[in-house]
Amino acid sequence: MLDQVLNALLTVVIGVGVCVLYFWGANWVLDRLLGSDEQTSANDGLRTKIRPWIFLFPALFFLSLYLIYPVFATMWLSLNGASGENFVGLANFIWAIQDGNFLQSVYNNLLWLIIVPIGATVFGLIVAVMADRLWWGNIAKSLIFMPMAISFVGASVIWKFVYDYRSGESEQIGILNAIVNGLGMEPQVWLQIPFWNNVFLMVILIWIQTGFAMVILSAALRGIPEETLEAARIDGANDLQIFFSIMIPQIFGTIIVVWTTITIVVLKVFDIVLAMTNGQWDTQVLANLMFDWLTRGVDFGRSSTIALVIMIAVLPIMIWNIREVNKEEGTR
Amino acid sequence: MANVAVADIPAKNPSFSLNIDWSKLATHIVLLLLVIVWTLPTVGLLVSSVRDKDQLTVSGWWSALTTTERTGGGRTSGAEAQKFVDGQFVIEGNLLSEDEKGRTISAFGLTNKTFGENPVGTSVVPKAGGELSVFANGDYRWVSDQEFDFSRGQRVLYVAQIPPRFTLENYVEVLTSEGIDRSFINSFTVTIPATIIPILIAAFAAYALAWMQFPGRGYLVAIVVGLLVVPLQMSLIPILQLYNNVAPMLGVEAKSYLGIWLAHTGFGLPLAIYLLRNYMAGLPKEIMESARMDGASHFKIFTTMVLPLSFPALASFAIFQFLWTWNDLLVATVFLGVGDNELVLTGRLRELIGSRGDNWEILTSGAFISIIVPLAVFFSLQRYFVRGLLAGSVK
Repeated sequence: MLDQVLNALLTVVIGVGVCVLYFWGANWVLDRLLGSDEQTSANDGLRTKIRPWIFLFPALFFLSLYLIYPVFATMWLSLNGASGENFVGLANFIWAIQDGNFLQSVYNNLLWLIIVPIGATVFGLIVAVMADRLWWGNIAKSLIFMPMAISFVGASVIWKFVYDYRSGESEQIGILNAIVNGLGMEPQVWLQIPFWNNVFLMVILIWIQTGFAMVILSAALRGIPEETLEAARIDGANDLQIFFSIMIPQIFGTIIVVWTTITIVVLKVFDIVLAMTNGQWDTQVLANLMFDWLTRGVDFGRSSTIALVIMIAVLPIMIWNIREVNKEEGTR
Repeated sequence: MANVAVADIPAKNPSFSLNIDWSKLATHIVLLLLVIVWTLPTVGLLVSSVRDKDQLTVSGWWSALTTTERTGGGRTSGAEAQKFVDGQFVIEGNLLSEDEKGRTISAFGLTNKTFGENPVGTSVVPKAGGELSVFANGDYRWVSDQEFDFSRGQRVLYVAQIPPRFTLENYVEVLTSEGIDRSFINSFTVTIPATIIPILIAAFAAYALAWMQFPGRGYLVAIVVGLLVVPLQMSLIPILQLYNNVAPMLGVEAKSYLGIWLAHTGFGLPLAIYLLRNYMAGLPKEIMESARMDGASHFKIFTTMVLPLSFPALASFAIFQFLWTWNDLLVATVFLGVGDNELVLTGRLRELIGSRGDNWEILTSGAFISIIVPLAVFFSLQRYFVRGLLAGSVK
C-alpha cells in the first residue's frame, strides 16, 4: 500500500523529469546542431520552423494516440464482430436498429437531451438572476454549485436515498416518499414507474449541472451594461419585462454555449443509470448500453457501434464549435 | 423638472406604513427554496452517515434528533441465577445488552401479542411461576415463593424509547471492513500523476499555439477544439485493445496504473491545451516582444515568464483534472482491475451499491468519504474552478 503511493509519487517525479528533460534537451540539441552562436540566417529560419514542433510533439503524440487514432479504430471496429477481428460489414448497425434495448436507449437519450439541458439552464438562470440581487446570493450560489464537485456515482447514492421506498407499514426513510406520505398519498417505488423513472434519473443530472449553468450565465449577466438595464427601468419596464426582453436576448449566445456543453455531458453520462437502475425498467441510455456491451457482453463490435452513434450525435456540436473558434481566430 | 413632477405624485398607498418590497421578498423565498432543495439530499446523506445503523433503517434522517420508539426483546437469566432473599426466590438483572443501554422501556409483555400491554413497574406471571416486573431502565425482578426450576431464561418483549444516537461507527466499519480505506489510497494513486503530468505537456503545446508562428497553427487549434467534445466512449475499446497487445510484449499487466495515468493524460489534454492557450494568448503582447528583442529564446520566455504568469490557468486546469479523474468511473473500470489494490473509490461505491444496497449505513458513509476530498478541493479553490469553467466553455 505504501509502495503504491511511493510509486505514484515516483511516477510524478519521473514523468515531470522526463518532460523537463525532453523539452530542455530538445531545445538544447536544436540550438547545438544548428549553432546558436554563428547567426547564419538560414539556420535561424530552420530553427524557427522546427522549434514549435518540439513544443508540440508530446501533446500531439498523446492526442493522436488516445483520441484521434481511436476515432478511426472505433469506426473500423463497428464493422467487425464481437472479438473485433472478423469483418461483418453493417451487421452491427442492422442489429442495432432491430434491437429493442438500443431503440429504447435512443428514445431515452432523446428525452434526456431535451429535459436535462432545459432543466439545468432554466434553474441556473433563475438562480443567477436572483442571487445577484440578494446579500446572501453568493452563499446560495456556492451551495447550488456544490453538486458539481460530486461524482455521478456519489450523486447516485445521494439520490437513491432520496428515492428510497419501504414496503408495507414500515416508516419511509426516503425523503420523497416521506413527503408524499405526509401529503396523504401512497408512497411509490419511484425508479420503477414507467417513463417517469427516466425523469427521476434526469433530476440527478439537472441537480449537478445547474451549478455549471448558473456560473456561466451569471458571468454573462454581469456583462450586460448597467446603462442598458437602467434605461429600461427608466422607461418603466418591470423586472419580468427586463428579464425577458433585455437579459435573455443579451446573453443568448451564452445560453447556447451552456446548452451545448450540457448536451455533451448528457450524451456521455452513464454512471447515473448504471448505479441507479442499470437500465432496468426501460431506463437504458446509449452510454450505459455501450458500457454494458463492453464489460458484460464483451462484444467490441456492438459496443463500438453504439459509441459511434454517440459520436455522430456529438458531431453537429463539434462542427459548430470549430466554426465559432475559427471565426474568433479570424478577428484576432 | 422631472424630479419635481415625481415628487408631486402622491404615494400610492399612504395607509400602508410598512413598505415591503414584495418582489424582493419573493426572490428571497424562491431562492431559499431552491437552495434547500439543492442541499437537502446531501445533508440527508451526511446526517444518515453518522446515525446509529439501527435507527437509520427505521426512521427518516430528518427525525434524527427525536426519540424513536421501537420494539425489542431480552431474556432473563436462568434458574441458576436465583437467590434466596427474605424467604423469597429472586432473579434479578437487566434485559438490555451493552449496546442497547440508554433505551427507556415503556411497556413489556411475554408474547408477541401482549408486549405492549403491561406498563413498566407492573408485573406479569410467567409460565414458570412467580411475578416478573420490569422497570424503565431495563432492570427486572422476578420473585417467587417457590424455588425456580427451568433451564432457559424467560423471554421478555418490550416497547422502548430510543434516544437519538450519533456515532462514527459506520465510518469505522466502511474503512476497516469494506475496503474504502484502500480505495481511498488507490484514488489518490490514480489522480496525482494523472493531474500533474498533462499540465506540463499541455503548457508547452499551448505556448506554441499561442505565441509561435508556424504553418498549420489554425488547423491544430481547430483540431484541439474538436477533440474537446469527442466522447470518451470512442477511445475506450481501441486503447483497451492496444494495451492488451502491448502489455505482454513489455511483460506487464494490461490493466495497470501506468496505463490509466497515460490514458487520463491523453483524455485531459484537449481541455488543458485549450484553457492554457486561451489564457496565454491573453498575456500582454508587449512583454513577449520586448523579451524577444532582448534576445530571449522561446524556451526561456516560456519557462521564466509565461509559465509563472499562467499560474491561475494552470491551477484551474489542475482542479478540473483532479475532480474529473477522482470522480471518474468509466476510465477506471475499463483500464484498472477490480482487485483491492486497484479499485478506486467510485468503483468501490458502485460495487457497494450492488452488494450492500440495503445497508444504508455503509452506503452513506462510503459515499461521504468518496465526496469529501472533491468537496474540500472545491470549496477551498472555488475561485480557480469558476475561472476555469468560464474559460473552458467554448464561446
